[in-house]
Amino acid sequence: MTQTFNFTVNGKPVSVALANEETPLLNVLRNELGLMGTRFGCGLEQCGCCTVLIDGKPEKCCAKPLWSVAGKSVVTIEGLGTPENPHPLQQAFIDEQAGQCGYCLSGIIVSAKALLDKNPSPTRTEIAAALDDNICRCGSHNRIIRAVQKAAAQMRAGAAS
Amino acid sequence: MNAPLPGILADNPMLDRWVSFPAPGKITINTGRVEIGQGVLTAMAQIAADELGVAMERIVIRSGDTDLTPNEGYTAGSQSMQAGGVAMRQACADVKALFLAQAATVIGCAVSELAVRDGSILRGGKPTGQDYWTLASAVNLAVKATGGGARKPMAEFKHIGESAERLDLPDKIFGRAVFIHDMKLPGMVHARVVRQPNRGATIDKIDEKAVARAAKAKVDFVRSGNFLAIIGDDETAVDLAAAAAANAVTWTNVETPTALQAEASWLLQRPWIDRPFGAPAGEPQGRERFEATYSRGYLAHASISPSCGLAEYRDGHLTVWTHCQGVFPLRGSLAKALGIDASNITVRHVQGSGCYGHNGADDAAADAAIIAMQMPGKPVRVRWRREEEFVYEPKTSAMVVKVHTQLDDGGKPVDWTQEIWSATHSNRPGAGGILLGAVALPNSMPEPPPNDVPESNGGGATRNGEPLYDIAAKRMIHHLITEPPVRTSSLRGLGAMPNIFAMECCIDELAERAGEDPVAYRLSLTADKRARAVIEKAAAMAGWNPKEPGGTGHGRGIAFARYKNRAAYAAVVVELDVAEEIRLARVWCACDAGLVINPDGVLNQLEGGVIQSASWVLKEQVRFDTGAAAGIASFDWETYPVLRFSEVPEIDIELINTKDEVPLGVGEVTAGPTAAAIGNAVSHALGVRIRDLPLTRERIMATLLKA
Repeated sequence: MTQTFNFTVNGKPVSVALANEETPLLNVLRNELGLMGTRFGCGLEQCGCCTVLIDGKPEKCCAKPLWSVAGKSVVTIEGLGTPENPHPLQQAFIDEQAGQCGYCLSGIIVSAKALLDKNPSPTRTEIAAALDDNICRCGSHNRIIRAVQKAAAQMRAGAAS
Repeated sequence: MNAPLPGILADNPMLDRWVSFPAPGKITINTGRVEIGQGVLTAMAQIAADELGVAMERIVIRSGDTDLTPNEGYTAGSQSMQAGGVAMRQACADVKALFLAQAATVIGCAVSELAVRDGSILRGGKPTGQDYWTLASAVNLAVKATGGGARKPMAEFKHIGESAERLDLPDKIFGRAVFIHDMKLPGMVHARVVRQPNRGATIDKIDEKAVARAAKAKVDFVRSGNFLAIIGDDETAVDLAAAAAANAVTWTNVETPTALQAEASWLLQRPWIDRPFGAPAGEPQGRERFEATYSRGYLAHASISPSCGLAEYRDGHLTVWTHCQGVFPLRGSLAKALGIDASNITVRHVQGSGCYGHNGADDAAADAAIIAMQMPGKPVRVRWRREEEFVYEPKTSAMVVKVHTQLDDGGKPVDWTQEIWSATHSNRPGAGGILLGAVALPNSMPEPPPNDVPESNGGGATRNGEPLYDIAAKRMIHHLITEPPVRTSSLRGLGAMPNIFAMECCIDELAERAGEDPVAYRLSLTADKRARAVIEKAAAMAGWNPKEPGGTGHGRGIAFARYKNRAAYAAVVVELDVAEEIRLARVWCACDAGLVINPDGVLNQLEGGVIQSASWVLKEQVRFDTGAAAGIASFDWETYPVLRFSEVPEIDIELINTKDEVPLGVGEVTAGPTAAAIGNAVSHALGVRIRDLPLTRERIMATLLKA
């Protein structure tokens, strides 16, 4: 039996009708809504590649059933910014060349956004702790931490002006 | 008489394989090298832009496509700049020379009067109205390279040597569909493979009803011999079915490795083939002898994305999309495994996550191809499951390295033998290695005879097994283990990391015996200026203090290597604290990589190498288990932990000597020195040497209890 679930993705209301209400949100984003920015890494909620914001909180969505997000607000990497209008985090990641293969970056940038939303001036230790659920295998950690620090500074400056 | 062509260009001499002018203002360059997160395409664009004399924005790159690009074998071994970049440079120089000759004819002047500025032809510094694109129709690039095109002098480089932003990063930062995992083909089906547990295992029973129940949507089986896959339109259903298949499909003739076999020491009891290298066994020379044995277990590549492959068999032609490191070797191997002519196969590279060597990429592509061959006209996408990647990807061999030294009166080594126990580091399809799915087919792909990477290519288990230091007699004995418990193949640096770990830890042990400072001791053993320069630089960066007391729980260590003894030089200093666990405090690295194309890209690669090596040393070993869950017990990120953000130290890196003519790859140069520097720092901190990796809490506690 097909059921319909309503929620918002990147601010837009969506309605998804699926037979299996247990379908992971990640598969819905990628296969039903065509949003490929949220990546599959493990399907076990261990690596953080699939991190999205659900009602503002960073959550891994590779094992999150569709029914559990009904009525909620989902924000993905595509919802942060565009090349024309980048989020300060995205600009800082480009400025710092923070990445190698880039597969982990969507989840990391989303996790960093959640951090900066509640802590505009995080220390290196706080940034590292906030990103500990996200695995980077290439070893871009220090560049990523510098990019988050830079974005935080820019966002503070933006808020102050 | 021109100098001989760079090897890759000699192998692919037709210039139109390298460069074309498809549209006004644009130049397409083709490289056989592929992007695996190392930034190679950006560096290639820098090289082409400089040699052709155009802005970077004009360059469009195609890479890794058997229909289009040069055949450069594998993107591996830190060879992309050293071999591929040099070839690209000469190809572009030859193309530019052909255009200048044509321009001289059209304008009616001597070539020597002409120059190129952003693609426009200048005469005496003034525009001529001619450019690459006005001339393109009259210049035949379907000719062989001659090597006659003058390469731009280094002083005139605009792009080479300047940091360039990675061309591929913005798409990844904005979450664009750039990875092979994001590819969708019209009418595509999703597929998961129910893996044959080992060669010779046969399918006993398939409980199709149980699988269908779990899927909650329509799925189908595709079977050929003992190759079994589940396909369907709905990816979730296919995933659920594959998970259920773990119990619903039963096998006979299953063999699983045991816990004991996961230990490097197990190799010492196996059959092997002896491969001796270097000085003949001579008379004992030194007054004293020193021997020590070091080891490292099996490691996984542990790529962040499980492998993925797509394939379509249509009108007798097979097209395969893959993130593997060598599209041409994969094509050859697929042709053999599937019994079709290579001319009927196209293999195209699409980016995946970092692979760090031979992971599951080739196998996933072969899986997709096997399934696609059974359903002509239907595109197939295979994505491995997380546990599938961990369990079935090739591992890097465990290694035991015993160093035998003879010392002179001053405690310096005069005779050095590195005795190495290791299975092969060469199991790529292009080296005769298997494609996993093809082993399960009725016409099972045979196991290759035991071999390893030829020493002329830098060796596999023997890589960096010979010290660069000035030692009168040096030799290696490789005991090539012929029957390892798991498939072994190439991981970043191959045998270099365990060999350098053993060698550079041993050098520290010898320095300690001689009562000398590790930095001074190393410098006394080498007259190589570039080696001395990186050692001195790293020590200076770290504020190295020879008198810093040991055994305090805080330690620092240094180590050095020249990758393959013929590529880039690096020295690494590590500072750390040891309580029950090791906490890295700071790392300094000095590197001489010759001509650096993209300095920021090089720093990124070097730092990645440091961090990955630190992860290997502190955390990583593939475990096997017995009992109910028999087999490989490292199957996810909890059972195979890697270094996390809060465990990564701050790292300072400096590049020295960027002025040489030859660029030297850097992806693999820091791994060995980092491992040994950590080992040496731990010894300094504890006052006790730990010679077996990884340096886990259990190992540290056991060592401290024994001491």
